[in-house]
Amino acid sequence: MNPETTALTTEKGSSLWRDAWIKLCKNRLALGGLGLLVALCIVSLLTPWIAPYGYEQQDLLLGATPPSIQHWLGTDVFGRDMLTRIMWGGRVSLTVGFIATAVALVIGVAWGAIAGYMGGRVDMLMMRLVDILYALPFMIFIILLMVVFGRSMLLLFFAIGAVEWLTMARIVRGQVMSLRKQEFIEAAHSLGLPQSTIIRRHIIPNTLGPVIVYTTLTIPSVMLLEAFLSFLGLGIQPPQSSWGLLINYGVETMEEYPWLLIFPGIALSLTLFALNFLGDGLRDALDPRTAKDS
Amino acid sequence: MVRFVLGRILQAVPVLLIVVSITFILVHSAPGGPFSADKAVPAEVLEALEAQYNLDQPLWQQYLSYLGDVLRGDLGPSFKYPGRSVNELIASGLPTTAELGFYAMLVAVVIGVIAGVIASMRPNTLQDYVPMSVAMIGICMPSFLLGPLLVLIFGIHLEWLPVSGWNQIPGDKILPAITLGTGYAAYIARLSRGGMLEVLSQDYIRTARAKGLSEFIIIGKHALRGGLIPVVAFLGPAFAGLLGGSFVVETIFQIPGLGRFYVQAAFNRDYTMILGTTVFFAALIIFFNLLSDILAIWLNPKLRQQVRGDAE
Repeated sequence: MNPETTALTTEKGSSLWRDAWIKLCKNRLALGGLGLLVALCIVSLLTPWIAPYGYEQQDLLLGATPPSIQHWLGTDVFGRDMLTRIMWGGRVSLTVGFIATAVALVIGVAWGAIAGYMGGRVDMLMMRLVDILYALPFMIFIILLMVVFGRSMLLLFFAIGAVEWLTMARIVRGQVMSLRKQEFIEAAHSLGLPQSTIIRRHIIPNTLGPVIVYTTLTIPSVMLLEAFLSFLGLGIQPPQSSWGLLINYGVETMEEYPWLLIFPGIALSLTLFALNFLGDGLRDALDPRTAKDS
Repeated sequence: MVRFVLGRILQAVPVLLIVVSITFILVHSAPGGPFSADKAVPAEVLEALEAQYNLDQPLWQQYLSYLGDVLRGDLGPSFKYPGRSVNELIASGLPTTAELGFYAMLVAVVIGVIAGVIASMRPNTLQDYVPMSVAMIGICMPSFLLGPLLVLIFGIHLEWLPVSGWNQIPGDKILPAITLGTGYAAYIARLSRGGMLEVLSQDYIRTARAKGLSEFIIIGKHALRGGLIPVVAFLGPAFAGLLGGSFVVETIFQIPGLGRFYVQAAFNRDYTMILGTTVFFAALIIFFNLLSDILAIWLNPKLRQQVRGDAE
């Protein structure tokens, strides 16, 4: 499909989204991912009320037990209910995933939109900076940040968000560059709209498709990064918990109590699965250029 | 081509300078000096220590002298291992990490390319879905989960392979290499499938088919070269990821490599070690990104022409 036809479909705003929705509904894997994700979010939101046991509730006499009717996913060495701990951990993991992605989204979209819209020297300078930042070993920088400034969750959001916005900026810039020359933008100019309004009202809404797709694919990589750091002991700190941290604990006792490793692992992997499938499905639905086997 | 490579090397210089500067500033703005953490040290000892590591000089002077040292390739002494330099620590860990990375990359490229090519030969059939689903599992199964699970299955239950160590028992390199390589194998499988699909639909492949060439020659000789360009471009970033992954894998399997040193240094707040290793990692990553860019251009005639056009 060439750019002109894309632009034509974009003009009939609602039908593009309905088209995409119909395409997405046909993709069972993506829909399953979406369903799982919605369920996870609801469970995470309701955790304080629906968790079967208290978060810190210990039962030292019970100790570690395999899954049973009282404790569906077993208990850890302190007799704490694993289902409860995984639910609370999921709250943290998902929060990090969403907030850090939101940070990346805001910076990336603003940066890319301004660079792409202004063009010329401003664009060159802004994208040069992105190029330079791309070359920096960011994983190492995040570790460095966590070591130097203590391991706070706020810093974690910020550090991860600061890494992930680069690709977003590139995608939005490319999109904006092609939009900029189109007639409706020219029309907005001739109406005398200020540039900030044009960027906010006309340019950014038209870049939504790729942005949504990339956002969906950023969340799993952010969650993975958080789990990675928590696993090393450099991310979320006790008494707070996350899936990465639970996996870390699980590894220590996996010979005797393998379920302490396996269940948090399943929770993390399933969530990543769901997000990746949803992202792939959205890409097929929203981006005609990368449609399969075109 | 030569000009392009030179230009890219020149571009790497400011990036490295930025890395050194940011790292230096970060490390030196850390709350609490490197010797304040553990136990109360007498004031005169502290002063002597600070003088020994030049910490009593103003910051800009420390920065300039550090920059000079880095230029000469001297990354300074370690705070926590008295009498050992960061250079020595890197030199003792690097060979192990390099070997681990090499095997992991081997696993990633061989399995990934084979799976991707197989999948691309019959798109949207079982031959495509099975390897791609496995690849998806590989992507969603991070190394810090896969490693312990492999240890649990092959090390503890089946007792086929050793569960830790490096170069001590035959076979102890297998699990770490697989753990580190699997995620990248999955990415490479997806990339090579995509690249191959694009190439296989082009005219010159149809020509080759019309000539009656065997499928083996069409894929091996004509399609692979173009189809693997995305994979080659991915190798640079993958290398950076492998370094990060080695932190986890070396910790899980207790491998005495650079990654474990780095994590330990992070926990011990061994600032010179963190500073030195970060600079070293950054230089490595920049070097490998450069290498993968050059390789991608060498493989892609279109890009090659562009580069030539720019140079003239």
